[in-house]
Amino acid sequence: MTERFSLTINGAESVIEADPDTPLLYALRNDLELKGTRFGCGTGQCGACFVLIDGHPAPACDTPLWSIAGKHVTTVEGLGRPGALHPLQEAFLAEQAAQCGYCTSGILISAAALLSKNPSPSESDVRAALDRNLCRCGSHNRMVRAVLRAAAGART
Amino acid sequence: MNTVADARLRRTGSLEKNPRLSQWLRLEHDGTVSVFSGKVEIGQGILTALAQIAAEELGIAPERIRMVSADTSLSPNEGVTSGSLSIQDSGSALRRACAHARALLLERAAERLGVPIGVLQVEDGTMRAGGRTTSYWECTDNALFDRDVEDQASLSNSPGEHRVVGTSIPRRDLPDKIAGRPRFIQDVVLPRMLHGRVVRPPHGFAGLDSLDDAKAKSISGVVAIVRDGGFLGVLAEREDAAIAAQRALRSAASWKEAATLPRDIHAWLKENALDHRVISEKSDGEAQSRKTRTLAASYSKPYISHASIGPSCALALFEGDKLTVWSHSQGIFNLRHDLAVVLGMSEEAVVVRHAEGAGCYGHNGADDVALDAALLARTAGNRPVRVQWMRDDEFGWAPCGPAMALELHASLDSDGNIVAWQHDLWSNGHSSRPGRSDQPALLASWHLARPHERPSAINMPLPAGAADRNAIPLYDFPNQRVVNHYVREMPVRTSALRSLGAYANVFAIESFMDELARAAGADPVAFRLRHLSDPRARAVLEAVARRASWSGWTPREGRGHGIGFAKYKNLGAYCAVVADVEVGHEVKVHRLNIAVDVGLAINPDGVRNQIEGGAIQSASWTLKEQVRLGERGIASLDWEDYPILKFSEVPSVEIELLDRPDLPSAGAGEAAQGPTAAAIANAVENALGVRVRDLPLTPERIVAVIERQ
Repeated sequence: MTERFSLTINGAESVIEADPDTPLLYALRNDLELKGTRFGCGTGQCGACFVLIDGHPAPACDTPLWSIAGKHVTTVEGLGRPGALHPLQEAFLAEQAAQCGYCTSGILISAAALLSKNPSPSESDVRAALDRNLCRCGSHNRMVRAVLRAAAGART
Repeated sequence: MNTVADARLRRTGSLEKNPRLSQWLRLEHDGTVSVFSGKVEIGQGILTALAQIAAEELGIAPERIRMVSADTSLSPNEGVTSGSLSIQDSGSALRRACAHARALLLERAAERLGVPIGVLQVEDGTMRAGGRTTSYWECTDNALFDRDVEDQASLSNSPGEHRVVGTSIPRRDLPDKIAGRPRFIQDVVLPRMLHGRVVRPPHGFAGLDSLDDAKAKSISGVVAIVRDGGFLGVLAEREDAAIAAQRALRSAASWKEAATLPRDIHAWLKENALDHRVISEKSDGEAQSRKTRTLAASYSKPYISHASIGPSCALALFEGDKLTVWSHSQGIFNLRHDLAVVLGMSEEAVVVRHAEGAGCYGHNGADDVALDAALLARTAGNRPVRVQWMRDDEFGWAPCGPAMALELHASLDSDGNIVAWQHDLWSNGHSSRPGRSDQPALLASWHLARPHERPSAINMPLPAGAADRNAIPLYDFPNQRVVNHYVREMPVRTSALRSLGAYANVFAIESFMDELARAAGADPVAFRLRHLSDPRARAVLEAVARRASWSGWTPREGRGHGIGFAKYKNLGAYCAVVADVEVGHEVKVHRLNIAVDVGLAINPDGVRNQIEGGAIQSASWTLKEQVRLGERGIASLDWEDYPILKFSEVPSVEIELLDRPDLPSAGAGEAAQGPTAAAIANAVENALGVRVRDLPLTPERIVAVIERQ
């Protein structure tokens, strides 16, 4: 049974028609064509589909549409300002902090959540904050350095 | 570098099969150069490195190079992007092609300006002489590159003069990926696209007994249930509807019971080998007579999953009797071949276009899902079909890296030198990629109403080898015998996983070298050096020992250090690793120091990224990873049952890249896999005083070994 949903995604209102149990992931990727949020496991185990829901990282693959009524969702596309990357994204480029890049969006989301509540994290804070995100290529250390670089840049 | 005599026999790299200059590059009207390569981006940065090679040889800015995505209708057929061969095969060919193109363009410019070639001043594609100017783009026409590449075209710059090669220019694909812009195959959208999913049995395939598809059909947006023998799929307007229907079909399908799996796979491998091939034999009776003691040890590695973060995906579209497939396959031409066989089409009627996927680390589900999409598209009435596997499809149905059993024997003389060495390995084949057999290697083809026979995984021949990759030690042993015991029957489907047999062979050889060093009362690094004459091998060992302060190690409770070394395939990159571990409840790897020699590094940061990534992935395999087998099939179907190394568990990695700009480039992608495993295992032994010979080095394994002491 489809219903009309009004969603607040990256600060903009969108209306879509879908089953209330549809995971947010498919509304983002297929209805709103925001492809940066990626399918990885469908059960919230890998972090590839993380988005911010009212500022908290959550798996879009495991979040039904009915549960986000009235909440603000931020995807990787909404991290920066229009036309400008988020400092974390700049830092990831500066550190060349990726190999295949499939897990990157979810990791940027977790890192953004960390920096918003802890602007000066230690290396182990960063690792702990990213522990729900899996990376298979072994780019972990570069990504940790990039998060620390972004944090240091924001302080100066 | 080929000599003139060699070149007459065989052209450089991929020029052997793709000799035409026009197959490699085309000058565009907008001042860019399109470069065609059959090699594909899988997160290893190959498109960036190839663009550097082309820019260097043409003497233009790298920004002018446009790397064209591989496409069977456009690109040179360079086989499979595998084996750490892309720089060696594609890079060398492209370099020759660009050198020849440059020579032709200079010749044209000299004619046009009426001057000798020698007086032309060339800068970024602009050529000047006597106050007059022309450019590469003015001097070209369609016919100019319609000729064979002259393999002898002189190369523009010697290593000391390189301007682009040897520099760490940023990856060209990362800005999209980091911004979250559509770039992956999973992001491709085609007009009027349908979403498909395929339903497979929970454990092992033996056929579909019965099906009640009423519930699936009733789901809103479901367009069709597709069945062909035991191949069962669904097409829907929305992806979430396709997934819901897949679930409904799963619970409504009754499958025939598959054969049971062996309980002890390593014992089973040893009992079921049919072909026993001696791949290396050296004999020296005098040295043999000096032996005073003999050691023996058995090692094993489990099935390992590729475990890509992004499940495999493909799109397919029939237009009349023509099929177009979008795929992240590592070998689009081979995939085209197998698709044509299964679908009863000519290869000319099938086009496969590459789109980038998540890291695959070998032969995962990428090719299989392309056939799934094509089979569903056949019933989709000229609408394109997108299929993405779910996580359990990928864990349960993609090929695994093969389990292996190994037995090593060696004899020492009274001076503690190795005088005899024997290495036996038991394994299934390490490749069942498409295009390598008469039978299609695609999963769904074995389940159709008129099924194809499933081919057995094979081994590629030495010197690169497959199961026996790196089984022949690089050390100088006077007596040596290495035997590859090939097992044809496959209880679990196996195929290429990053480094193939090298991971287990190097783990076993380098673990055993430490066991022998201990027996000989020798330091592990000194022991290796005294059996090793290859100067580049010695250099990486010495470099890593220096970097890790090997001789300054202070023993501490629960801490250990260990070393591992290999020359990948005995042909490629040299890599030595020192691991620093702490063993408490589980093994924590604190640091990996690595020294690597890849010859000329086209992009040094790219090499570091590949080596570090390979080492971390190998640490994950070594500490945690094993595919769990149920009674009739793979039982580890999610990340809880198949854990990999997490951020908080990843060691720091320090890499020393030995500078060898005058030596040919060797691939970096797989060189760290074996040495890292051995270094960690040796460090665990150093910490505990007990040797764990069966991978992975889990707490349960370690406790079991301690309890046996």
